[in-house]
Amino acid sequence: MKQRTLKRSNAPIFWALFGAGGMLSALFGPMLVFITGIAVPLAVVLPADTMSYPHMLAFAQNIIGKGFIFAIIALFLWHAAHRIFHSLHDIGIHAGTGAKLLCYGLAMLGTLIAAYALLAIGF
Amino acid sequence: MNKRRPYVRPMDGWWRKNPFFVEYMVHEGTALFVAAYAAILLTGLVRLSQGEAAWNAWLSALKNPWYVGFHLLALAAIAYHTYTWFKIMPRTMPPVVVGGQRLPAWAITGSGLAVAAAASAALLGLVWGLVR
Amino acid sequence: MSEKQKIIEIEVLRYHPEKDKEPHKQVFEVPFTDDMSVLQGVQYIKDYLDGSLSFRWSCRMAICGSCGMMINGEPSLSCQTFLRDYYPARVRVEALSHFPIERDLVINMEGFIEKLESIQPYIIPRETRTLAQGEYLQTPEQLDAYEQFSSCINCLLCYAACPQFGLNSNFIGPAATALLHRYNVDSRDGGKSQRMELINSEEGVFNCTAVGYCSEVCPKHVDPANAVNQNKTNSAADYFLRFLTPKGGAK
Repeated sequence: MKQRTLKRSNAPIFWALFGAGGMLSALFGPMLVFITGIAVPLAVVLPADTMSYPHMLAFAQNIIGKGFIFAIIALFLWHAAHRIFHSLHDIGIHAGTGAKLLCYGLAMLGTLIAAYALLAIGF
Repeated sequence: MNKRRPYVRPMDGWWRKNPFFVEYMVHEGTALFVAAYAAILLTGLVRLSQGEAAWNAWLSALKNPWYVGFHLLALAAIAYHTYTWFKIMPRTMPPVVVGGQRLPAWAITGSGLAVAAAASAALLGLVWGLVR
Repeated sequence: MSEKQKIIEIEVLRYHPEKDKEPHKQVFEVPFTDDMSVLQGVQYIKDYLDGSLSFRWSCRMAICGSCGMMINGEPSLSCQTFLRDYYPARVRVEALSHFPIERDLVINMEGFIEKLESIQPYIIPRETRTLAQGEYLQTPEQLDAYEQFSSCINCLLCYAACPQFGLNSNFIGPAATALLHRYNVDSRDGGKSQRMELINSEEGVFNCTAVGYCSEVCPKHVDPANAVNQNKTNSAADYFLRFLTPKGGAK
């Protein structure tokens, strides 16, 4: 048997974020898109002031609301970044480290911006 | 001299050669909509942190038909993601044994979709309840 | 048999390493009856039309795992795929995808054999017992935990169905992982921590993107995708919890 040196993969970090984001988007994604992208802009189903400034500020200042917003944005980004990174490999763009940095780097950037904005909104 | 000369076939366009792979690429492609939607929400969050005027500008931008059109597409794409996420679940999770019997694949997928439906209803109900 | 003899066209991807630069298609007209498998069609070609055609086969009853081929682009055992299901259209036969072609329909499976060795496909006893102590006992539930994964016949259809193996042949792949899992979840076995090193490595389970086609094509319902994906969970747990356990997880 050939002796090989095996290098431990760091994929579990990205895979766990991918899985968490995938589950969250599977459970809440369609309804969130419907609420923020269709019902509120077109003023159907929900009251017209559903996402008014006072409502959304109160929601983003609430600790549970903050957590929800952060989880949705950050995990959606990590889920998508992981899938897109693998899809690049699938279609033959084996950019390796470059593609990895671009995909996961953007997800990390979005996560930091979301955290900063949520802190700036205050408690 | 060794007469062996194994031929390695190229992988170009492999995803077009089998309907199963086409479907795989389509459900992987839903990630583009998840990413774009997350970017829209992130923009909204930043605008919210910048005050009322900025928030209202973002909110009225969402009324643009292009945005509404995008969100209709995103709704379809992410709903498809939900379906495929739970469809593959019997293959991705450890076996669930209920009463000495392994839960069949359809029961796992069905439960997942039922939970997603319940989560959607709860989310809508919660938003409705909070703002009414 | 008063009916007219039916003839089906079989298109074979030929490759002769000493003569051909690359594979090419060749069409044969094969008389057939409704009970003939694709394997029998290919055997007819070798016996009556072109004796140089090379392919592997043995049992003709989906037990040995030798006769895997791409049939109309799908990884199949040619012995349990029937010509009547394609007639009157032409049936395309090609060597299993993602493997180097040695000649015609014969693939090079050396890489797989190495993988098979590397997973230590045998029970590494959890506790040593002397003959006087008797056999290792197992409950039906303990048997059920691994039984499906022990049904693999190494036909390699799952590898031909796995684009991630096609893109990176270092990936340990479906069948080897299923067999690895078979031993890891056997109540008599104690070799899990040794095998997890491979699962956790860059050649391990995280190359899989849950396409799931491997389990679709498996003729023995092993569900290799399930073995691979269960081990993603196992590996992630080992990755995050290794600092908490006294042994420090697998290497």
